[in-house]
Amino acid sequence: MSPLAQAPHGFLSPTGVEIAFLLVGLVTFGAALVTVTTRQLVHAALWLVVALGGIAVEYLLLTAEFIAWVQVLIYVGSVVVLLLFGLMLTKAPIGRSPDADSGNRWVALAVAAAAAASLVWVVVDAFRATWIDLDGAAAGSTKVTGASLFQNWVLPFEALSVLLLAALVGAIVLSRKAKAESAPPPVNGRAVTQSSPPVTDSGIHPIGDRTEQDPQQQPQQQPESGSEPKSEPKPEQEGAR
Amino acid sequence: MTTTTLAVLVPLLPFLGAAAGLLLGRTAPGFVRPLAVLPTLAALALACTVAADQGGGQAVDAHTELTPTGSVPIELALHIDGFAALVAVLVAFVATCVQIYSTGYLRDDPRYPSYAALVSLFTSAMLLVVYSGDLIVLLVGWEVMGICSYFLVGHYWETPEARAASVKAFLVTKLGDVPFLIGLFALATDAGSFRISTVLGAVANGGLHHPTLVGLLLLCGVAGKSAQFPLHTWLPDAMAGPTPVSALIHAATMVAAGVYFVARLLPVFEASAAVMVVLAVMAAVTMVGSALAALAQDDIKRVLAYSTIGQLGYMTGALAVGDRGAAVFHLLSHGAFKALLFLAAGVVIHASGTNSLAVMSRTSGLRDRVPDAYWTMTVALLALAAIPPFSGFFSKESVLGAAEHVATGHTEHAPGSAGWIVLAAGLATALLTAAYATRLWLLTFRGQGTEAVDHGRQPLSMTVVLWVLAVPSLAFGGFAYRSLPGWFDGRALTPTLTTSVLGTGLALVGGLLTYGAWQRTRALAARTPLGAVAAHPEGDAGLVEAEVIAAHKPAFGDVAYAPDPADPGRLLLGPLQRHAADGFHLDAAYDALFVRPVLAAASLVQFLDREVVDTYVRGAGALPRVLGAAVRRAQTGNVQTYVSALLAGTVVLAVAVLLVATGA
Amino acid sequence: MHLAYPAVLSALLFCTGLYGVLARRNAILVLMSVELMLNAVNLNLVAFDVWLSKAARDTLHSGQALTLFTIAIAAAEIGIGLAIVLAVHRNRGTSDIDRLRDTAEGHDDGTPTGETDEAGEADEKAEATA
Repeated sequence: MSPLAQAPHGFLSPTGVEIAFLLVGLVTFGAALVTVTTRQLVHAALWLVVALGGIAVEYLLLTAEFIAWVQVLIYVGSVVVLLLFGLMLTKAPIGRSPDADSGNRWVALAVAAAAAASLVWVVVDAFRATWIDLDGAAAGSTKVTGASLFQNWVLPFEALSVLLLAALVGAIVLSRKAKAESAPPPVNGRAVTQSSPPVTDSGIHPIGDRTEQDPQQQPQQQPESGSEPKSEPKPEQEGAR
Repeated sequence: MTTTTLAVLVPLLPFLGAAAGLLLGRTAPGFVRPLAVLPTLAALALACTVAADQGGGQAVDAHTELTPTGSVPIELALHIDGFAALVAVLVAFVATCVQIYSTGYLRDDPRYPSYAALVSLFTSAMLLVVYSGDLIVLLVGWEVMGICSYFLVGHYWETPEARAASVKAFLVTKLGDVPFLIGLFALATDAGSFRISTVLGAVANGGLHHPTLVGLLLLCGVAGKSAQFPLHTWLPDAMAGPTPVSALIHAATMVAAGVYFVARLLPVFEASAAVMVVLAVMAAVTMVGSALAALAQDDIKRVLAYSTIGQLGYMTGALAVGDRGAAVFHLLSHGAFKALLFLAAGVVIHASGTNSLAVMSRTSGLRDRVPDAYWTMTVALLALAAIPPFSGFFSKESVLGAAEHVATGHTEHAPGSAGWIVLAAGLATALLTAAYATRLWLLTFRGQGTEAVDHGRQPLSMTVVLWVLAVPSLAFGGFAYRSLPGWFDGRALTPTLTTSVLGTGLALVGGLLTYGAWQRTRALAARTPLGAVAAHPEGDAGLVEAEVIAAHKPAFGDVAYAPDPADPGRLLLGPLQRHAADGFHLDAAYDALFVRPVLAAASLVQFLDREVVDTYVRGAGALPRVLGAAVRRAQTGNVQTYVSALLAGTVVLAVAVLLVATGA
Repeated sequence: MHLAYPAVLSALLFCTGLYGVLARRNAILVLMSVELMLNAVNLNLVAFDVWLSKAARDTLHSGQALTLFTIAIAAAEIGIGLAIVLAVHRNRGTSDIDRLRDTAEGHDDGTPTGETDEAGEADEKAEATA
């Protein structure tokens, strides 16, 4: 196809790959739009799956198959699941919630539209006459990517592992924060423990367990700053454990 | 020591005394009196030595230029001729008397140290004016006197009269000093030097381009300082100060400075006939008006103040006819007897506990209480009324003689009209002067009614001074008129027959008229009791005086006037008396002409400042406040709003950069 | 294939995510929009990498390597972000972004302060970095 690649291309004579890319792109864009506009929070997560999957297909069309599978594994497989868990843990309402969008919506729309217009204009203006030659060896097969990654990008790769470790530790610390603060300090224990519920367990129990306590803790927290006896929540905690 | 060194020491010693007095006044009260009296006394001795050295011969000139200051050089110059030497002796003499007198007069005054220091400074400034050979140095002394008079007139600042009087004295003299300063600069620019001898040389060579303008400008300052019409109004009010200060101001320092200045620069004034006529008219109006006003005053010190104005009128009149010898002669003799009059009046006020002639005329036995004051005051009043052979007679006759000399057309440097004006006014004033002198004497010492309270003897420091001053009042004129021409211009000061007969005759007529009127009205005094005396007659004289000054207005409704039917002045003046007592309403005229426009302008400025300028200021504050409130509303705390704004800005910037980069 | 197709798609996805970040109220939805933006960037990276590697100008596959890194970082980001959102929700009882207004001018409407402030600020920072 190299002579063809040299030959002048036209928008009016798209190749099959281009048509496929266009269609999948439309689906992806539509799914993304629904994701950011729907009023059903769980639906938004599910439409996000469609959009991310569409992007994975686009990667395949661009002959970057390894990245496509990574995309499917990490985004569709883990990130979206994590987001769903997040929705669940924050007790996101099932069904239509009327206040999914904030009052900032029209400003956001204007900014996004302006950004889109300028970006599209710039991109189209810059790459009007640029074509990707998709023939020949795949640019992103597992072999090629692996070789490049472990030949040229080993050091960043290792650095990334440190970053991931830091993120892991950070997530754990953030999740344990309430507990760490509520642990009674050695001297001035009374004052502090009165202000927040005393939790003595070490966080081994699953997250869902803890969030079940939230509705009990929340109402307790407000009056407790008044004169609620501090010993009362303690047996409850023990029992939950 | 050379004469120059001695002459430099003359103003310097009182100045050092003043500085030391101000420094040590609080810490070492024991030194205050010696520090007040001794430097002045030493200055008197030195001034006498300088006068003896100079001896009326060649003028002593010395000058040094400290540093070049620009186009017209300013030099520390000394110029001592006969005028300067004798006037300096007078100044030092009167100042010494006043300092000695003050030690008794303000015996218990807590502010005596600063008072004495200011008197010394005042003396020093006047001596500087007298000896200075440079106009700028002269101006320094001139202005120092202004500020000293402000402080000293306001010595009893607890009373509102003293406060008002001190401010008035300062402002009115400054009103004259501003044109005076301009005139000095104009004169120096024309002559190319501030040196008086150089200026006079330039005048002699006709180097003065605007003699009339310069003369009139300088006259403004002279009128302010020497209390000539129309800037004389501060002087009667300055009576709110202590009596020794009045004596100092009237006899030796402040008012004498103006006359001395004109005498010094007489050729400058003579260069313009118009200035001489203006000077003559000024002198005439001052003389007659002040004499009429003096006849109507109730306050003994105000009578003397107006008489000072009148006598200064004689001096300016003598200058207007171009005879500075006569003017300075009168200045010297007047200095002696006017100082005596004031100091004696201080004793009288202390003894009687009032400054009101109306009250004194209802008090008998004052004569016996203060015999020293009685006798010396009689001498001084006779001198004032120009009765021969007292010193006032000779000096006044020399003035009248000079005026007659000019009027009959014997001179070339003064217009004949000036001579006639001065002569006529001088003769009229001679009559009036005798009248008010007689009135003062009769009302003060020939009163009938309750016996005067006995305060015991007056302090020796006060009475001795009176007798010391009485000697020149009595004899100075008679002994000096023959020798003085040698010190002065050489023109004879001998009384001429015509004016002597006319002047003395008129004075006698005035005195007899007043006596007759007094004889008719004295019976009324018993029927209309009047009176207000000091609350603490046992206090020192300064305290008594402060109290009587404060009491006059509440007691009689006016500082200058008492509704006394027994006053011979009322009979003599008739309906004019009320106006004369008020100084012919000149203060009201000033009020309408200057004070009220200034107040109106001030309120206009205040309005402009409050309503116009402040509006801008407030607007300048309000606009950022409104903007700040608007910007503050943007701080919603909503992160999404912030990020929206941030990204919108980013988009705008990116588009702008693109447009620029692509050259669109 | 014409390079404009992936580039335009990437731009549109990015702006969609941008709109979501600015307009959504729920913090988790905002995180989803952030994911959309990251994916748009990834798409761009892959497209240009393919173009450049075929044009033999770049043999290091830097675009694809960077995409992988981005994916990994995005995974870490989503983990941390969710942890923050959960902490906020636990402390405030809400995960609505426009109710976390502790930095507002004149803010003293009695909402609990203390570590919640730090959490809210951390949330904002996380968004800003995202």
